[in-house]
Amino acid sequence: MNTSSVSKGCFVFKPSSKKRKRTVGIDEYFVDGNDDCGNGRERFNICQKLWEKIKMDTEILQDELNEKILESLLDFIKKCTLSFQSRTDDWASRMRASEIPTAALVLGVNVPDHDMTFQSLSDLLKNSVTPFSVSVQAKECTALKNLMQRVLERLMGVGVSVEEDEEDSGIHLPQKRVSCSISVLCQWYKTVTKKHAMKSPDKTCSENGFLQSPPIVVIFKDFEAFNPRVLQDFILICNRYIHELPLIFVFGIATSPSTVQHILPHSVSSLLCIELFQSLSCTQHLATVIDKLILTSQFPFKLTGKVLQVLVSIFLYHDFSVRNFVKGLQLALLEHFHSQPLSVLCCKKQEARHNAQKLSHKDVEMVRQLPSFMRYVETQEPQEQVQLLTSDDHVKEVCQMLLKGLRKYHKNYYPILRCLHSLTASLPKYPLGKQIRELHISCLEKNVWETNEYESAMQLLRLLAKDELVAALRKCADILKPGKTKKMKSALQQLEDYIIRFEQLDGMSIETLSGEEITSPGKDLQKKTDLFQLQKTLLEMKGSRRTKKMSPFEILRNETLDFIDGLVRSHLTPPELQPLNEVCYYSSSGVLRRHLNATPRTSIQTALSHPFYFLQNENLKTDAGTVSSAAPDICIVYKLHLECGRLINLYDWLEAYATVVSAAEGKDPDAEDYGKVDELKHARFIQSVSELEFLGFVKSTKQKTDHVARLTWGGC
Amino acid sequence: MSPQKLAADSGVLEVRFVGDEDVLDHIVEKQEGSKASRGSVQTLVSLKSSRKLLADSAEEEEEEDGVFNEQNYVEALGTGAEAGEENGSVTAGASVFTFQTIKRSNKMAQIASEWARTPGKSVTFSTPGSPEEALSPTRATCKLASENKTPQKGKKVQFVSTTPHRLRKRISAPNLKSDSDSDFSPSNSEEEAEEEEDDDEKGAKAEAHPKTPSKTSADAAALYKTPAKKSKKAPESNLVEEYFEAHSSSKVLTSDRTLQKLQTPKLDRETLLRLLGGKPSCYIDEINELNKKHEKNFSKWMLQLHMGFNILLYGLGSKKFLLEKFRTTILSDSVHMVVNGFFPSITLKSILNAITGEMLEHEGTFRTPMDQIDFIVKTLKKDPDNHIYLIIHNIDGPMLRGEKNQQALGQLASIPNMHLLASIDHINAPLVWDHTKMSWFNWLWYETTSFLPYTEETSYENSLLVQQTGALALSSLTHVLRSLTPNARGIFRLLAEFQLENKDNPSYTGLSFQDFYQRCREAFLVNSDITLRTQLTEFRDHKLIRTKKGADGVEYLLIPVDAGTLTDFLEKEDVE
Repeated sequence: MNTSSVSKGCFVFKPSSKKRKRTVGIDEYFVDGNDDCGNGRERFNICQKLWEKIKMDTEILQDELNEKILESLLDFIKKCTLSFQSRTDDWASRMRASEIPTAALVLGVNVPDHDMTFQSLSDLLKNSVTPFSVSVQAKECTALKNLMQRVLERLMGVGVSVEEDEEDSGIHLPQKRVSCSISVLCQWYKTVTKKHAMKSPDKTCSENGFLQSPPIVVIFKDFEAFNPRVLQDFILICNRYIHELPLIFVFGIATSPSTVQHILPHSVSSLLCIELFQSLSCTQHLATVIDKLILTSQFPFKLTGKVLQVLVSIFLYHDFSVRNFVKGLQLALLEHFHSQPLSVLCCKKQEARHNAQKLSHKDVEMVRQLPSFMRYVETQEPQEQVQLLTSDDHVKEVCQMLLKGLRKYHKNYYPILRCLHSLTASLPKYPLGKQIRELHISCLEKNVWETNEYESAMQLLRLLAKDELVAALRKCADILKPGKTKKMKSALQQLEDYIIRFEQLDGMSIETLSGEEITSPGKDLQKKTDLFQLQKTLLEMKGSRRTKKMSPFEILRNETLDFIDGLVRSHLTPPELQPLNEVCYYSSSGVLRRHLNATPRTSIQTALSHPFYFLQNENLKTDAGTVSSAAPDICIVYKLHLECGRLINLYDWLEAYATVVSAAEGKDPDAEDYGKVDELKHARFIQSVSELEFLGFVKSTKQKTDHVARLTWGGC
Repeated sequence: MSPQKLAADSGVLEVRFVGDEDVLDHIVEKQEGSKASRGSVQTLVSLKSSRKLLADSAEEEEEEDGVFNEQNYVEALGTGAEAGEENGSVTAGASVFTFQTIKRSNKMAQIASEWARTPGKSVTFSTPGSPEEALSPTRATCKLASENKTPQKGKKVQFVSTTPHRLRKRISAPNLKSDSDSDFSPSNSEEEAEEEEDDDEKGAKAEAHPKTPSKTSADAAALYKTPAKKSKKAPESNLVEEYFEAHSSSKVLTSDRTLQKLQTPKLDRETLLRLLGGKPSCYIDEINELNKKHEKNFSKWMLQLHMGFNILLYGLGSKKFLLEKFRTTILSDSVHMVVNGFFPSITLKSILNAITGEMLEHEGTFRTPMDQIDFIVKTLKKDPDNHIYLIIHNIDGPMLRGEKNQQALGQLASIPNMHLLASIDHINAPLVWDHTKMSWFNWLWYETTSFLPYTEETSYENSLLVQQTGALALSSLTHVLRSLTPNARGIFRLLAEFQLENKDNPSYTGLSFQDFYQRCREAFLVNSDITLRTQLTEFRDHKLIRTKKGADGVEYLLIPVDAGTLTDFLEKEDVE
């Protein structure tokens, strides 16, 4: 069946029910994509498992992060409910009683992530406070009518008929109609709660743990997007019924709490009793996600520095959306397992050993081709080298060994990374970055101890006072505690020793040092109050300092920091140096960027101005910034149009085009009909111009006959 | 500890003994920069509140650095990532998005002739705003050559229209005159003809003495001199001047030649298609190769579709062929739907109706599209094994661009078992999606440059160059009129004739209602203005006429058909 028609734009294809594929094996597609080896299915399974785990972990994380704010929100709602029920007769509560309790939930600009928060909020509400909670979105409530309808529908279940109002809504006053329907809601609420009470007459709480008269919670997911009039009317109406209906509102706010004042006039906002709830910022959220998903040896799959940087940059510069970050991670995972046949080894210990045993000859060859493996072979004894290059079994053995080494490397890497971060994160100006991810990226890319930043961080650390140093070391020790490898255990042991020595120093230092140290400079300084003199003295003192004997504290401090430096040097080497790192590390940042953060316009303009980039034909090969006259028509037309101003004369354009094309056809420039516009050239020109119009480079204009307007500037 | 510090921190502070070496260290640092010392003070005195304050301010700084550091951005997403690619993209964003620059009207012809002069080879194109543009000696001489032909007239005009900016420039560099003069095309048709003939000659002239730059060109070159070589301030001001010069006159200077000069000013669609069909397409092998490369991705697309992503294709050239291939090879066994977004009368309703009616076999109607989408979501949720594939050619098509439509499509796309493949072509297409919509669509972008002509996509367009036959409008006119009373036909005819009489009047806005009524009465076609109004309502319902309120509040009536069609119509009527 054809899909082009002049009368139809949609074409549905339904295969006969016999042929129809109901269940699709996704792994088929995975295996189809790479024809090279047989382990596609296993790889897909590993990939799926990992993804499931990552997905679950992020969800749990999300819940954990939201827990606090949701809990306080729940408390608020419960409190309000109680106040609805108690209705004490003092003045304050009577004042309160006429106000609708409202929670303003400030969630930040990463709107796409909010859905999850609201989902868990309404789940929580349904589970613990009230069965009556509705969430509404702005896009489904363009008028008060729709808003009422949504609220009623979702509360009372299906079948709210506003049919009769639909037809003559123009005649009825909206107020009247709505008041009618909200009174329906009142009645419905009364009957439901009565039923509820009848069912469990002896208990104050129902079996679900709900209160006697559960409140009705209305969640406005995207407060800013609502039509202010609709909201105002709704609030005004609800306010009339607050004594019959225990209503509570939740506003989801993306920008700032002051929008409530912007959207609602005082007369309306004074009917609300607003309490503010601030959610965790999205950068903190990202930090936790990175902490749990990336800075852990739990997942065998890893990202290289560049890839991580691309993902983080998309987050920081484009959307602030943690969801998109996780999506990027998912894509990287999929691409890694899809493109790297050896990723079959990228799994848990047992499995990896098993899979290493099963490597085929082809796989082993591939292992030998890995740059990191080749480097490893070069470092071996000649005899061993021969073995590695000839015996498949030996390679398999070595693979297992190397994989084990890689796992160990990770187990040591992350604790030390965290230690280094916790030591340097509080330094002034954050020489190694404020976030651990920055440190991680720089560690992934090069030897971190060779950078200037590391140098200056170390210098600053050498100036730390004892209290701070000890506190930082304690933190490090806490980080190292869960470490299971031998090296981590011994590192922890040594660190604790140092801490003890610092503490022992305490008693001793005061006795031994206090005498001279305080007296000598202190007395001098007190005499000379002149600033210039002070400076001079201090400079002198500095000069003499070099020769001075170091205090025991300083000696110990240097020793400790040398120890930490040693740890960094031995454990924070970039993963590229590890043999078989290609198995676990996904490195093509370009692929990720092209699929997630594409630049369609650049691509089109590249194709137009450098067709050789896509069509590898010798005729098209030119120097930079030039186009061959044999290029496709649209490229020529595009190039010519770049030379024009705001308006383009079609006739001139056509003529210029004909000149170029005639040359490409190899016509003699001196011939009579050179550069003449024949029908074919005309037609080709028309086609190219309409294509440029379709792409949005030009548009027709009525400003001048036979002219088009140019819409873009730049391009090469 | 210095006394100042003590004073500043008194109150909440906690004083601790500090070795004087340390103090010295910090004081030395203070000389280096106050910021550093602020930080180092903090390490010495752990003062809760002040530390927090410091940390806060530092945080702010850091955030600014982090978020707005352009350098980082470029590194991470631009060049840095490009290095990871095998062969980085040739075009960078900076050259795509630039300001408008000054363009000379005859530049295009000139370029073309230069281009043609060097067949097989290629001509260097100046990138806008690049120094070569101004420096190129060939062009300057060319300008000289053309100046000979464009006489004083042009110059005078220019002086009248100069803005102070231009004037200043001119006064400071009178040599430049020749260069900017050529902004103005000769409006004299005689000269034009001459120029046309001389086109080649001119090129030859340019070729003949390009390497003998006259004083003029040298000076002009000096003025436009590449900014990089000058002092640091120069480029900026130069850029600013150029910007204002380019935007100074709202008048657009192009030649007055029109397509009427051609033997066949407008081709009709059939001839166009015939001609293009006969043309052998160039680089067919390379294009096929490109497409093969894209076709390799088919199974990967399926995989990614099932992993919850949706696929978006972009790049130059029609992608219909590729998607059709995908459809026929991979999707033949599953339920799928093709939507032509470039189709001029596609609507959201028709798409949704096709889904509910034909795919989900639901009978009955929906009140709003929202309800319909809800229904689709619910139905598909109930049956998670029912995978539906949606292929939308040109999701950025003119009819689908609207916010509401994209929202609806986004909601469809976010259904787990609805899989969407779409293509975009317009250069600004990504602007139709905001944050939220993007996350609904969950796109994976694929560059599929195909270099195939957009034959079908552009065939619906009212292209400026293709003659509108008006056959459709004519037949609809006759059909409607045939069912009307003779009087009604007479009324319409009256209006048509009046319009034809005024077809050469460019300020004709239509026939005013009062006037029309008068004429109809005189022709004994109506007896009251109410009869006429009823009749006009009927015309309007059939889209035969259009009414427009004039500036004076009077209603003007117009037949929205071009004069040729109208004449045809009247002739046909006469025959009958």
